[in-house]
Amino acid sequence: MSLVNSFSQGVVTTTADQFLNWTRKSSVWWMLFGLACCAIELMQTQGPRSDVDRFGAAPRASPRQSDLMVVAGTLTLKMALRTKVLYDQMPEPRYVISMGACASCGGLFQLAYSVCDGVDKVIPVDVYVPGCPPRPEALTEGILKLQEKMMTETWLVKRPTVEAHA
Amino acid sequence: MEAAEIHAALRDKFSDKISATDEAAKDPSAVVDGAAIREICAFLRDDERLRFDVLNNQTGVDYKAEGYIEVVYHLYSYEYRHGVVLKARANRDEPVLPSVEEVWKAANWLEREIYDLLGVKFLDHTDLRRLLMPEDWVGYPLRKDFVEPEEYHGISTTRESLLR
Repeated sequence: MSLVNSFSQGVVTTTADQFLNWTRKSSVWWMLFGLACCAIELMQTQGPRSDVDRFGAAPRASPRQSDLMVVAGTLTLKMALRTKVLYDQMPEPRYVISMGACASCGGLFQLAYSVCDGVDKVIPVDVYVPGCPPRPEALTEGILKLQEKMMTETWLVKRPTVEAHA
Repeated sequence: MEAAEIHAALRDKFSDKISATDEAAKDPSAVVDGAAIREICAFLRDDERLRFDVLNNQTGVDYKAEGYIEVVYHLYSYEYRHGVVLKARANRDEPVLPSVEEVWKAANWLEREIYDLLGVKFLDHTDLRRLLMPEDWVGYPLRKDFVEPEEYHGISTTRESLLR
């Protein structure tokens, strides 16, 4: 028997996983982590015209309060080690968006002696946003893609990644 | 003051320490004795006719074949609106030069950068640490014989291209 439409107005049915995921995806707090020119577009994305706050994404100044790290810009080798530390400071579940060509593969500076060619060599990345730098629309799309990914997760059964850590 | 006059003033004061001058180049330059660079810079800053009050830029060049590293000083005078370029050479195997930080404070970071990328040690520098590369980096990336290490703390420094 389906429960759909069997209750009076104002009552909705859902699964526990979907409900949890919906609450989480509606409050993606991302860490302020601008490394280069991509950071300018990151600021625009959070500004009034693009306004990712309407999707629940808000900037935080501390990794300990953040769910999402947007790596915005060229990652130098010197910063790469610190990025790992910052990522480790974020509480699980945590996500990473690699914003722009530099963060994804080193971009224009891939062959430079000082540049880490791709943040995925240091920390796992969930969404890659191409562009140099990506426009605010592109980063917004990246956050929406991340929300789609969040909605597919299950919490009542243990996730394989958690087991791998234990 | 024209470049020739500036060079003449330099020769008057430090005749034996100026080995070559070039007035024809767009940036007229003088090759000076590295060991005396601080006295020469202090003279250029303090002399009434010259007053080079700012160090615009300080860089280094690795001349591997010739066996020396050349540190280039770009000086400018806001008072007289003239400029000059000094070049000081240091032995490539163990490059050491006196710091000009006490003449122009701007040299602090510029010399740190040259130390970081070319390995020139600046005597009497107050804070000679690497500026751009990681603190535990080995080697000097702007040297002509620098070979990029395969990995740094487990991070490989190459990436397979999807286009090649």
